[in-house]
Amino acid sequence: MRDVFSLYSKKVMEHFKNPRNVGEMENPDGIGHVGNPICGDIMELYIKVKNEIIVDAKFKTYGCGAAIATSSMVTELVKGKTVDEALKISNRAVAEALGGLPPVKLHCSLLAEEALKSAIDDYFKKQGAKR
Amino acid sequence: MKRIYLDYAATTPTAPEVVEAMLPYFTDRFGNPSSIHSFGQEGKAAIEEAREKIANLIGAKQEEIIFTSGGTESNNSALKGVAYANQHKGNHIITTPLEHHAIIEPCNFLEKSGFKVTYLPVDKDGLLNPEEVKKAITTKTILISAMHANNEIGTIEPIAEIGRIARERDIYFHTDAVQTFGHLPINVDELNVNLLSISAHKLCGPKGMGALYVKKGTRMVSFMHGGEQERRRRASTENVPGIVGFGKAVEIAEEKMEEEAKELTILRDKLIKGIFEKIDHVCLNGHPTKRLPNNINVSIEFVEGESMLLNLDMEGIAASTGSACSSSSLEPSHVLLSLGLSPELAHGSLRFTLGRYTKEEEIDYVLEILPKIVDKLRSMSPLYKKAS
Ligand SMILES: Cc1ncc(COP(=O)(O)O)c(C=O)c1O
Ligand code: FES
Repeated sequence: MRDVFSLYSKKVMEHFKNPRNVGEMENPDGIGHVGNPICGDIMELYIKVKNEIIVDAKFKTYGCGAAIATSSMVTELVKGKTVDEALKISNRAVAEALGGLPPVKLHCSLLAEEALKSAIDDYFKKQGAKR
Repeated sequence: MKRIYLDYAATTPTAPEVVEAMLPYFTDRFGNPSSIHSFGQEGKAAIEEAREKIANLIGAKQEEIIFTSGGTESNNSALKGVAYANQHKGNHIITTPLEHHAIIEPCNFLEKSGFKVTYLPVDKDGLLNPEEVKKAITTKTILISAMHANNEIGTIEPIAEIGRIARERDIYFHTDAVQTFGHLPINVDELNVNLLSISAHKLCGPKGMGALYVKKGTRMVSFMHGGEQERRRRASTENVPGIVGFGKAVEIAEEKMEEEAKELTILRDKLIKGIFEKIDHVCLNGHPTKRLPNNINVSIEFVEGESMLLNLDMEGIAASTGSACSSSSLEPSHVLLSLGLSPELAHGSLRFTLGRYTKEEEIDYVLEILPKIVDKLRSMSPLYKKAS
């Protein structure tokens, strides 16, 4: 029997309660800023990259429980990955890492995926500019 | 963990006295009220007693009360029942953008079958203007439906005046009084209504139990065809325990209503004042004084409603929001949008609705916890830094 009745899985609630890597970053190498067109939520993702490896990630999110938990999870997932590996992280992978999301909340994980892509895009742009 | 329930507009706990009154009607007194034997007549007497209590509380005649399965059925029956029975007179219906889905959806349905629906304008507090009703009426208008008080923002509407306008023009007038019945005094003659919907579970009665007041002489079609129950207006064997529970809930409400409204108003105003003192960038949704005694609805900027609800829930507090994120349609509350609120403000809305068992300590606890939650979420919000 369940002792706590909750819309979300334990893992989602755990990340929602104690989100990892919240906040802004000084001198990030890439910033992703995306809005969820479906419900109007907003996520900002900052990454620090050294030798093509994402060494740090931080986020700020305005959104529902799923949006906050997926933001938190995606920052965890990217750390230590190369930029190319990180580009392959899909919203489904983020949702799965959280033990799944209710079907109506799957779109929230897109926010995380897009914020990541947008941050990496920004990183590439900045790199290009440097060269 | 202690749990604090502040979502009485969604539903209320069934009062223990109500449960007790219902119990014998599941077991010993199980008869079918249509049966002529003593088992049946015992059930029949019980439902008539409940009917009388409800009729008395709203100044109606007993035969003008039809039991239904809840507010939704009452609203559906009223709208469709009147529309279909009067389409020879016209096809125009007037309602408001504030209505519960149980009015909006039947209106959408009726529009698909040839009726025209006009939605009245509302002001920023969600108040209707009776003059606008006059303007909206055409020669084809057969029905006006406007809610007595809104379930989200608590605004109490000038129903009597709208009713007078309808009556002068011989147009049927319905009001959804689900949020006011048993909480505010209602008199069907003073409100000038032909039809009025009520629901038991909003006044500490059982769920799945409601009623529709239908003024004598109102032309409407029945929505359940079958047996002869409810004067053939609503066939199906009566929910005797539910009806008995409804009657008991009404009896208690009648006795406590005035005092409860006074006490809740004090708690309501304390909570509103406390929120404004402790949190910046907040606005009150709904009318400041023409407001249900138990309703607090605020928009808190830069934070999203569902994440506030989840945080409150983790602290044992149950509330509600009009945020897009917490609706399955992913659209913000149509009520908040109709007030002219931006989607962002609707997103950050939070509703607390108090009730019979709410204690002052619970309000104090919310005032202690909520500012911390808002701080935490704002520190995560990309919108906050830009504003601050
Ligand atoms: C204003 C209003 N109308 C109708 C309803 C529907 O009532 P019920 O849940 O009894 O069908 C509700 C409550 O959900 C309500 O608040
Ligand atoms: S981000 Fe709005 S529903 Fe999740």
